[in-house]
Amino acid sequence: MKHRGKGMASINYPIGMNLGGDPSQALVHSNPSGKFTVALSAIDLGQGMKSVTRQIAAETLGVPVEDVYVDTADSDTGPHDMGSFASRGTHRVGNAVAVAAREARGVMMEAAAEELEVNASDLETDGRGNIHVKGAPHRAISTKDVAIAAQFKQGKTIAGRGIFLVPLSEVDPETGEMSPATCYAHACLVAEVEVDDETGEVAMVRMDSAYELGRALNPKMVEQQLVGGAWMGVSHALYETPEPYYPEPTHGPRDFNEYVMPGPGDICPHDIAVLERPAPDGPFGAKGPGEMCANPVLPAVANAIFNAVGVRIDDLPITPEKVLRAIRQQGGAKPQARR
Amino acid sequence: MLELRKEIFADERDDNLNEIGKPTQRQDMIGHVTGNTTFFDDHKLAGLLHLKVLRSPHHHARIRRIDTTEAERSAGVRRVIRGADVPRNLNTLLSLLNFGKDDEPSLATHKVRYKGEPIVAIVANSEREAFEALGKVRVDYDPLTPVFDVEEAIKPGAPVVNETYPKNTFEYHGKYDHQKLRFGDVEQAFAQADHVLEQRYQMSPIEHASTETNGSIAAPEANGRFVVYTCAQGLFFSLDTTAKILDVQSNKLHFIGGTVGGGFGGKVDSLTEPLATLASMLTGRPVRYVLGREEEMQFGSPRGAERIYVKDAVMKDGRLTARKVRSYFDSGAYTRLSSYAVIKCAAHIPGPYTVPNVHADIYCAYTNRVPATAMRGFGVTAVDFAIECQMDKLAHLIGMDPMEFRILNAYRDGDMKAHRREAKNTALIECVQVAAEKAKWPIREEFKRASSRVGGGGARAAIPQTRLDGGAQAPARTAPQRTSYDRPLTAPPPVAPQRPAAIEPQRTPPPPAPPPSPVPGAQHGAARFSSVFGTRRR
Repeated sequence: MKHRGKGMASINYPIGMNLGGDPSQALVHSNPSGKFTVALSAIDLGQGMKSVTRQIAAETLGVPVEDVYVDTADSDTGPHDMGSFASRGTHRVGNAVAVAAREARGVMMEAAAEELEVNASDLETDGRGNIHVKGAPHRAISTKDVAIAAQFKQGKTIAGRGIFLVPLSEVDPETGEMSPATCYAHACLVAEVEVDDETGEVAMVRMDSAYELGRALNPKMVEQQLVGGAWMGVSHALYETPEPYYPEPTHGPRDFNEYVMPGPGDICPHDIAVLERPAPDGPFGAKGPGEMCANPVLPAVANAIFNAVGVRIDDLPITPEKVLRAIRQQGGAKPQARR
Repeated sequence: MLELRKEIFADERDDNLNEIGKPTQRQDMIGHVTGNTTFFDDHKLAGLLHLKVLRSPHHHARIRRIDTTEAERSAGVRRVIRGADVPRNLNTLLSLLNFGKDDEPSLATHKVRYKGEPIVAIVANSEREAFEALGKVRVDYDPLTPVFDVEEAIKPGAPVVNETYPKNTFEYHGKYDHQKLRFGDVEQAFAQADHVLEQRYQMSPIEHASTETNGSIAAPEANGRFVVYTCAQGLFFSLDTTAKILDVQSNKLHFIGGTVGGGFGGKVDSLTEPLATLASMLTGRPVRYVLGREEEMQFGSPRGAERIYVKDAVMKDGRLTARKVRSYFDSGAYTRLSSYAVIKCAAHIPGPYTVPNVHADIYCAYTNRVPATAMRGFGVTAVDFAIECQMDKLAHLIGMDPMEFRILNAYRDGDMKAHRREAKNTALIECVQVAAEKAKWPIREEFKRASSRVGGGGARAAIPQTRLDGGAQAPARTAPQRTSYDRPLTAPPPVAPQRPAAIEPQRTPPPPAPPPSPVPGAQHGAARFSSVFGTRRR
C-alpha cells in the first residue's frame, strides 16, 4: 500500500568563504568603440559567473548588457580571485566588478563632460548607450563617441580596478567566537512523498519552496540553480552514496549504472517563490543561491517519510532497504496526521 | 515554476534598475548548446603525451620496494615519475592560508594510507601504453591494519593513519583535537527542560559526479614558461599549489581555465595539475592527465561522511532552550579541506534559531579512506539534515506544528548568535510563511503575522555567562559589533543596494594599512593568500 506524507525544513546559509579573507579582483576597460571587457580569474562552473558579472558591470556602467563581455580565467590577464566555491561568486566577484565598473564609469562621465562642456555630476546614463545632461535628453553623446574622444583626443583610459575583501576573522579556541560571514541566504521547503510499504520505495510527489536570496540578479539563472539544486537534494536524500555500507569501504560504484541518481521519471513538480531582502554589502543586495538550495530538501524528504509511514531514517541515503526494515521493525506503516 | 515575491521587503530595495533583475540569456549559452564551447580537454596539442598513475590496492600498507625497471622499458614510455622526482613531495592545500601542516605526498614513497593512493606516474605516447606500463611496475607491500570508523579512529591505540597527526585528529589552535563553541550553559538547561532529546545522524559520502571529470593539460610555452589548461575551481589556488609542489616561481606558470563542466567542490584539490606540469617539465612535451569516470568515482575525493550527535532541550510551550552538538568529519587519509569545514560547521550551530544555550565540539578525524574534500554546502549540508530532522522530532514530541515551531524559534534581527555576532538581515520567518502558503499548509494567524524585523534584540541580544571547559566562566556581556576577531576593514565600501541616497560629504580617509611584514620561510614560489584560523606562523 502507498502512503503520502508531507515534511518541511527551513535553513539559512552563510555567503562566502567562512571567516572571510577571500579576496576577488576585477579589471574593467573599454575599447575605442565604447565596448567593455571585464577581466577576471573567477571560474564559471556552469552556474553563470560570466553572465551575472556581465549584468552587474552593465548596470553599474550604465550601458546595455550587449556592450559588455566577460573574459575569464587566464592567470596572465585576469587578476587574482580566490575561486568559485563557498557561494562566494556573486557576492565577492560581483562586488569587485561593481567597484571596477564604478571607477571606469567615473572616467567615462568625465570624458563625456569634457565633450559636452558640462560638469560630470550633471550627467546621467540612459542604459541604452547614451550619456545626457540630467533633465535635457537632447544634450547627449553616445558612449561610443565618448570612448573615441577619450582614446584619440583626450588621452584618457576608460578603465577601472576593483577588489572586494571581507576582512579575515580569527576564531576563539575556547568559545568559538568569530565572524563567519557577513550575510545569509534563507529557505524553507515542503516535500510531499509517496512511500510504498511493501517495497520501501519513496517517490517524490511535489515540492513547494521559498528562497530568500538578497536579490535575484537574473531570475532565470536563479531558477536554474534552485531547480538543479533541489534535484541534487533529492538525490542526496534518497539515492547517492559511493560507500553503500559506510563505514565499510566496499561496493564502491564505478559508473552511472552503479552510482544511482534520480532520472527524469523520478523528479517531481517544484513550485518556487523567491524573496529578496537585500544584503547591505551585496552587489545590488545579492547574496548567492549556489550551495544552499540543495540543503533543505534532505531533511524535508526525511520528515515527509515520517509523516507518511511513521519511520525515522537518520542515516543517508534513505534507501528502500532502510525504509522497509524500519517499517517492519515497527510492525507496519503508521501514517501520521495528514497535512 | 518560479515566482518573485516582490512585495516582501519591498521597502528595503530599489527595483528601478536597467539590467539587474532581467532574465538575460547567458553570455556562453550559444557555445554550450551547440557544443562549441572550449573546455580544458579540447586543447589537442601536437606531440601530446598521457599520464596515468599506479594506485595502491591496499587501504593501509608499508611500501617495502618499488621496482620500475620493466615499466621504464615498456613500449611508448617517455618517463616514469616517482615520489623522489617531486621537488616538494609533501603538501596540504590550505598551507596557502597558513592553516595546517603539510601531510600529503603527490606520490607515496614509504606508506600508503588509502586504497587508490598514487605511487608512480607513467608518461607515455598513448593512454594505452601508459596503462600497459603501469602493469609492469612491481611494488612490495606490508599490509597494515586499517581503520574506517571515525569514532574508532580517535580512540587511544587505534592504528595511526597519518603520522603528521598521530592522534588521527586535526589540531586546532595548537592544542585541541576539535573546534569548540560555547554559549551559555547547556547542562543547566537540560536539567530544567520539559523534554531532552538526543539523536545520532549519519551523512553519507557523496560523489560530485560532474559531467567533466578532473584533469589538466600542461605544455611548455616559449621562454621557459609552462601553460596549463585546467578545470580548477580556483585558478590561482591551483597555480600556487602547483608552484609550491614544483618549487618554481608563480610567474613560470600560465594557467588557463574558467570554463568548467561542473565542479560542486570536486575541483578544488588540484588533483592533476602538479603532476601534469612536472611531467611536461621533465619531458619537454605537452602532457594530459585526466581521470577516467571509474577512477574519479573510486579515487577522486568525495564529499566526506559526517556523524552528528544532537541533544536538545525543549519546553512544553515550544521554546528550544539548549542545543548540544558533537560531530565528526571523516577526512579520509589526508586533511585537504575538511579542517576548514569543521570551523564553518561550528559557526553554523545551532542553525537559524535563537537558542539561549549552545555547545558544540566538531572534529576532523582521519581514516584509511579516499581523502574527502569540499562539496556543495560544505560544513553545513549534513548538520542541516541533522538539525532539521531533530526539529521535526521535537515538534512531534511536544505536539506542535513544525512550521509554527520553526517560526517560534527562528532568529530575528537583533538576536545574538552562538558565535557572538548579532543576527541582521534575517528572513527565515518569511520563508516559512511563504512556503506554508504555497504548500497550503495551514498555520495560525499569530504565526502568519510574525516578522523577522519585529521581536528580536532586547534580552535576546545578550551574551550569557558561559561555562567553559575546565570550570572557568566567560562573563556575560553586551553585544560587540566588531572585536579583535575582525581585522580592520580594508575592503572598499560595499555597493549600496538601497534607494539612491544623498551624496555623502567627503570624509577624511582612514590612515593606510601598515605594510605587510615579510613572510619568513616562504621560499617556494607560491603566494600565501592570507592567514586564516589562528594558526598563523608570522
